[in-house]
Amino acid sequence: MTEFIQQLINGISVGSIYALIALGYTMVYGIIKLINFAHGDVYMLGAFAGLYATAVLKMSFVPAMLVSMVACAILGIVIERLAYRPLRNAPKIVILITAIGVSLLLEYTTMYFLGPQPRAFPEVFKQVSYPLFGGKVTVSNRELLIIVVTVILMVLLQYIVHNTKIGKAMRAVSYDMQAARLMGINVDTTISITFAIGSALAAAAGVLVGIYYNKVWPLMGIMFGLKAFVSAVLGGIGIIPGAMTGGLILGITESLVSGYGSSLYRDPVAFVILIIILLVKPSGLFGKNVREKV
Amino acid sequence: MKWMLKNWLTKENLTATVLLLVLMFGVQTLYSAELISPFVMLNLIIIAINIILAVSLNLVVGFTGQFSIGHAGFMALGAYASAIMTLNFNAPFIVSLLVGAVVAGIGGILIGIPTLRLKGDYLAIATLGLAEIIRGVITNIDYLGGAYGLMGITQRTNWLWAFGSMVVTVIVIKNFVQSSHGRACISVRENEIAAEAMGINTTRYKVLAFTMGSFFAGIGGALLAHYITFIEPNAFNFLKSFDILVMVVLGGQGSITGSVVAAIVLTLISTFLQSLAELRLIIYAIILILVMLFRPQGLLGTHELSFKLFQRKRGVSHGSHSADA
Amino acid sequence: MHKSYFTVVAVVLLSFLLLFTSACGNQSSSSKTIKIGANLELSGNVATLGQSGYNGIMLAVEEINKAGGVLGKQLEIVKYDNKSDNTEAASVATRLITQDKVVAIIGSMTSGNTLSYVNIAETNKVPVISPSATNPDVTVDPKTGKVREYIFRTCFIDPFQGTAMAKFVLDELKLKKAVVLKDNTAPYSVGLAKFFVEAFKNNGGEILADENYTSQDQDFRSVLTKIKGLNPEFIYVPGYYEQVGQIVKQARELGINVPMGGGDGWDSPKLVEIAGAAPLNNTFITNHYSSLMPDPKVQDFVKKYKEKYGSEPDAMAAVGYDTVLVLVDAIKRAGEATPEKIKDALKTTKDVEGVTAKISLDENHNAVKGLVILEYKDGKQTYKAYVNP
Repeated sequence: MTEFIQQLINGISVGSIYALIALGYTMVYGIIKLINFAHGDVYMLGAFAGLYATAVLKMSFVPAMLVSMVACAILGIVIERLAYRPLRNAPKIVILITAIGVSLLLEYTTMYFLGPQPRAFPEVFKQVSYPLFGGKVTVSNRELLIIVVTVILMVLLQYIVHNTKIGKAMRAVSYDMQAARLMGINVDTTISITFAIGSALAAAAGVLVGIYYNKVWPLMGIMFGLKAFVSAVLGGIGIIPGAMTGGLILGITESLVSGYGSSLYRDPVAFVILIIILLVKPSGLFGKNVREKV
Repeated sequence: MKWMLKNWLTKENLTATVLLLVLMFGVQTLYSAELISPFVMLNLIIIAINIILAVSLNLVVGFTGQFSIGHAGFMALGAYASAIMTLNFNAPFIVSLLVGAVVAGIGGILIGIPTLRLKGDYLAIATLGLAEIIRGVITNIDYLGGAYGLMGITQRTNWLWAFGSMVVTVIVIKNFVQSSHGRACISVRENEIAAEAMGINTTRYKVLAFTMGSFFAGIGGALLAHYITFIEPNAFNFLKSFDILVMVVLGGQGSITGSVVAAIVLTLISTFLQSLAELRLIIYAIILILVMLFRPQGLLGTHELSFKLFQRKRGVSHGSHSADA
Repeated sequence: MHKSYFTVVAVVLLSFLLLFTSACGNQSSSSKTIKIGANLELSGNVATLGQSGYNGIMLAVEEINKAGGVLGKQLEIVKYDNKSDNTEAASVATRLITQDKVVAIIGSMTSGNTLSYVNIAETNKVPVISPSATNPDVTVDPKTGKVREYIFRTCFIDPFQGTAMAKFVLDELKLKKAVVLKDNTAPYSVGLAKFFVEAFKNNGGEILADENYTSQDQDFRSVLTKIKGLNPEFIYVPGYYEQVGQIVKQARELGINVPMGGGDGWDSPKLVEIAGAAPLNNTFITNHYSSLMPDPKVQDFVKKYKEKYGSEPDAMAAVGYDTVLVLVDAIKRAGEATPEKIKDALKTTKDVEGVTAKISLDENHNAVKGLVILEYKDGKQTYKAYVNP
């Protein structure tokens, strides 16, 4: 039983990371119906930014994370402006290929300049393990940190989306872009802000992962990005609570499969879930089926 | 029967056949006479294999408009199936090749039927996911060498086999595309709902194109396995699918000659940048983005190069190129 | 339309032209140097192994060249990075053999990478010497049981390593219950685990579980939680430093404080960086050498290495150095630097004075050598024991 609880804790912390990254995917898809392949790499750059802030600028945890979030928000806006905006009316395939191109560009440029070697994160604060149930279960302060930060950011996001004007604009544009434009909403700015917020969340996830695993490297965005995408689809792409739920479900499932089955099946779990969801209910757990109108 | 033969025996086809035979046996002779180094031969064979891969992917992505980015998964099926035939059953090469192709084709049907109801982005992710699952499964099966792959595959692929397979692939796909079946596929690409409304069984054609594409990808994989003599699951990951995708996009989705040209050019670039792998991928990514931004139809769009171009100079342009996009 | 037609044809012709000219350029075989290929892991999962190995190799090469070279010619090392990737290693080997026309190949540091091109080397009749690939299959084909004619190594093999650790745990640490956690994507790890398990069981120990991970994994908490529940007395992790560092760190975080151990794949300066000094306390490894050995040859080597590179040489550097010595000894005895003669001379290698040991190759082309057992204390390797072959 205690083993099960431990696996749950493991799963929830990893799942929270997926959820944070998934939020970015889901927000962008919701608003311009694009799977931003490069999102996982924004997460990676967030981790590197955090590394730079802590190791070189010698910042402490919170300022480093804020710096990283701001840096990636800007990066997100730049990518949108240069690569996606010109193609807003192009066929789907074209944008998708461009997104793949941007993703690879980010990955390999980073690798070219910084080398493929993983780098260690400096110890931003000491790792402390809290034994529970007489030492059978341990929770580390880092896991708690991840969960707490994730919850704070998600609450913040919900507030922005439902209680602010810009949130209303985002919801309007994702519902019907033309109508929103006619109502006087600056669609371009709204989209830029969406990218900014999504990227900032990914950056936060990157910094947290850097601290948790003590390791950052240029290709770290691939697996995590893909799994976060699966989480978003699982919960219902375009639906914010869906991303959070999807992330947690995926994290816990992975942990249980890995612990009770074989750790070799850990990665395939995500893909199997993806295929099942796409075949059975492509709109996701919280999604509604939308018929394609001619 | 006679009219078919007469139809086939045009001046154009005869010249083409002669040229191809010259190329095929000429290069082989030069190689045997040691006038072409093993290194150049390596590149020529890889080019031929890449042409097979690019043209087969083009059938699915370019002509039928189905965004499949897991082509390497079918390569893997073909490579492993053929390798097992050679290693464990001592099969003659042609048998191994065909088994590899058939296994890949079956994979195409099995994967195609459920996933082809998805569209655009979802289909892309699904194909990516399935290619990864194929890789994951192979990694976990000891009979297939598991994570460290199969080695010691007899090197059976030479220029004759590679070039020959390439010619067969291009001819089959070209004829398919120019037939009514091909036009049905193109209609699926252009507007699936309209095509369905016109009575075309879109699912059937999508699966057909997908299966053919995977069949030939399997041949490509089998040829590769019997040339490098060593395969591992990692060699068939997303980056490989991406490499082939770039060839299709650069050449022009919907142009067979485009895929051929792009395969040649990109393979050569890849050879030059072999020691600078990161740079190569950066260049590929930039090429991809620039092409999408400024010339999304690729180098050749949906045009094909044909001998009819030579006749243009005579004044009246007879050109019957494939339909403009 | 003519425009794009011409550009396309021009581009294709230009590419072919470049291809042919580049190919011709490399044929110049300088008869002034002896070209040796180095197929090393300079980046990727096990990058420090290759980098250290390369440093050791170059130290030896420079010394030898300064002293006049071999057979009157200078040694030239043609190195390529195989990125710790099997397919890349195979392609590098092909390149070295067909394009650079080397007379021998030093490499690779890992068994997996070396295995990917043993067939290529055999077919092309070019000798390969690995400094540190320890899996027995590298020199002996498991399917036929025959020795691979052209493949050699200057290190011990895993049956020896695994058995040594098993005996150490049973006899010295006096622990009887162990769990194995191996990297099942690396032949080195799988092989070493197998030999440890055999020896452990044959000498009265009990293996509670045999678990796996892959070289792509970051998070080992799930499998470690499972292992924790079994209450082992010792955990054997015969993998490479990149994952081992994470495993040790995460294990300690989960409250697993029993001794842990592994093989030479742990030996990297990065291990301490990844795991941290404290988590590594109470861990033991088998290794090719230790810079702390009092032998004057070792100390001399350490001094030279520090002068040139500014850091302590690890085991990979030492075996890299020794491999060059063995190769040069063979070339001298062969009397000419051709692949065939070098191969024949390598077979009869005897008593080459290396840093790690006096090296002789047995009938399976393996080095007959002892090993050291080291313990990590405060992030540093300390000398624990020496085991004779």
